Amino acid sequence: MHALIQGVILGILTGGVYALMASGQTLIFGIMKVVNLAQGAMVIMAAYLAYELFTRFGVDPFLAIPLTTVLMFGFGVLVELIFLRPLRRDDKSELSLLVTFAVALLIEGTLSVTWGTTYRSINATYANSSWTLWGYQITVVRIWAFVLSLGALGILFWILNRTRFGRAVRATVQNPESARLLGVEAQWVSALGFGLGAATAAAAGSVYGLLYPFYPGSHYDLISRLLSIVVLGGLGSVGGAVIAAVIVSTSSAIVAATISPAWSEMTFFVILILVLLIRPQGLFGNVDRGAI
Amino acid sequence: MRLPTALRGGVFVVLLVTLPMVGLQHWFLNLLVFVLMYATMSSAWNLVGGFAGYPSLGHAGFFGIGAYTIALIFKGHVLTSGYEPFLLLPLVGLVGALIGWPIALVSMRTRADVFAIVTITFLFVVQTLAFNLHGLTGGSQGASLPIAPFPAATFELPFYYVMAALLVLTMGLTFATMRSKVGLSLVSIRADEDKARGVGVRTTGVKVLAFSVSVGITAMVGAVWAYYQSFIYPQFAIDPLVTIAIVLMTFLGGRGTLWGPVLGAVILESGQQLLTYQLGAVQLYLIVYAFLFLVIILLLPRGILPTIEDRLRMRRRRRRTDASAARPGDRTPQNQSDSAPLLGGGAS
Repeated sequence: MHALIQGVILGILTGGVYALMASGQTLIFGIMKVVNLAQGAMVIMAAYLAYELFTRFGVDPFLAIPLTTVLMFGFGVLVELIFLRPLRRDDKSELSLLVTFAVALLIEGTLSVTWGTTYRSINATYANSSWTLWGYQITVVRIWAFVLSLGALGILFWILNRTRFGRAVRATVQNPESARLLGVEAQWVSALGFGLGAATAAAAGSVYGLLYPFYPGSHYDLISRLLSIVVLGGLGSVGGAVIAAVIVSTSSAIVAATISPAWSEMTFFVILILVLLIRPQGLFGNVDRGAI
Repeated sequence: MRLPTALRGGVFVVLLVTLPMVGLQHWFLNLLVFVLMYATMSSAWNLVGGFAGYPSLGHAGFFGIGAYTIALIFKGHVLTSGYEPFLLLPLVGLVGALIGWPIALVSMRTRADVFAIVTITFLFVVQTLAFNLHGLTGGSQGASLPIAPFPAATFELPFYYVMAALLVLTMGLTFATMRSKVGLSLVSIRADEDKARGVGVRTTGVKVLAFSVSVGITAMVGAVWAYYQSFIYPQFAIDPLVTIAIVLMTFLGGRGTLWGPVLGAVILESGQQLLTYQLGAVQLYLIVYAFLFLVIILLLPRGILPTIEDRLRMRRRRRRTDASAARPGDRTPQNQSDSAPLLGGGAS
């Protein structure tokens, strides 16, 4: 029982980080109908940026987040402008899968050339300290990671719900044609939306780098989990992605605690397959809005 | 000048059979084996990804299933002639197809994007299983197959011919599909699945059939590859890069055409081998590969063969309109036969 509760706590805390990554990915899908296979690679890229800032200038990964988000936002906008915009509309969804995968490979290759292929980790002073609450051990880093993820998600929701840009984004998600008719510059919404997705990857990347060791190939693990999460939550639904991330990472942590860590990876996929059998559009997906 | 398809096929088969007889070096035969391997898998992928428009990213999972199936069958066996694994290929194909059937039934409830996601997660499931089921697969230590007792001088030849046979089989199947109601059904699914079902196309049956056949062939290729390598590891037997290579080759040559995937495989696989040879370091090779990839998709989104065919058709049409402009009053509607064929590229 102790292991189970410990697993649940760990799962919820980790779920926050995954929620951040997945919200960016599902946002990109919602706006552009593009499944961004480079989301995991962008997270790892941001982790390396945070690593470099930490080892070279001693900047704390949490404090580096404003800088890395801005950098990654710019990177995301560039990727959209250079690689995704030229695609023709009629087969955009298929081709964009390939393009974003190629971008992922490009990032992986560049990271490998720059930093090598060995595992790196960011060893902040507080990386190993932990609190004990009623007999349950919780590492400080995870708490901070969770709080930060909640904060970043809060900012994301604020942008989406309270700003002009956010309204344009939501309009585009709901109905691209009408949004365009009403004067939303769909092209710019796409570019900035992709940037916003990359920015969430940046925030998540700093946190990920603190929590786990990483190497350029880590994005394969990440992307498979992220995809399960966004499909479970319903493609395009940010709230759904957050809830799905918590569900999935909690159950995977429970499996890791009670059965074996080797099988926790499988939890993601088992849940995914069950969802597809019972509710193919995901928890919060709409049947008629292109998610399926 | 258009050769009849039968003649073209015949020339191709003769070429495949005679190519190794001109005394090729080992490295070149090895390259050919890999080119044929990718050509076969791309052609198989084309059945479901090209015709039906369901972009599966999970084919490398079935490649791995085939590889581990043959490894399991021959665990601890000693081969006498060395041809036994080849004789059991149909069984491996059947295993692949039988696993593919329920997978297709579940995953094909979704459409293009989600289908791609589901199939790529399937790939990672298979990889995780290969790592975790130590008893069956040997986990990360890998699994060994009996070493083929072929003479060193002609070691690659049997593998070459088996791969060639698989390619001819796949292309034959593709050709038969294009000529049949199944092919039409698949293309109608790609165009508009709901309408296709509305007019009475048995969409589910046809697409699941195409998927099963496609992954069955992929499993057979995986089995031959495993036997050729004689030692397999989960990260190479089930490699996302293999999936992407297959898809990219099909896109480069031309989706939904008979020869496109083969052309794509010849260009990309030889290019890839050259790149790894020249650049050595895996990392640089990744960057160059990704760039190549992006350039192909951005410049030739429809693939080489459909683009060339369009150009030719345009030129023919222009010449014809020039001719009819010279003789006013003679306006027969010849252009109708030139409208884009439903099965992209006809028999090209």
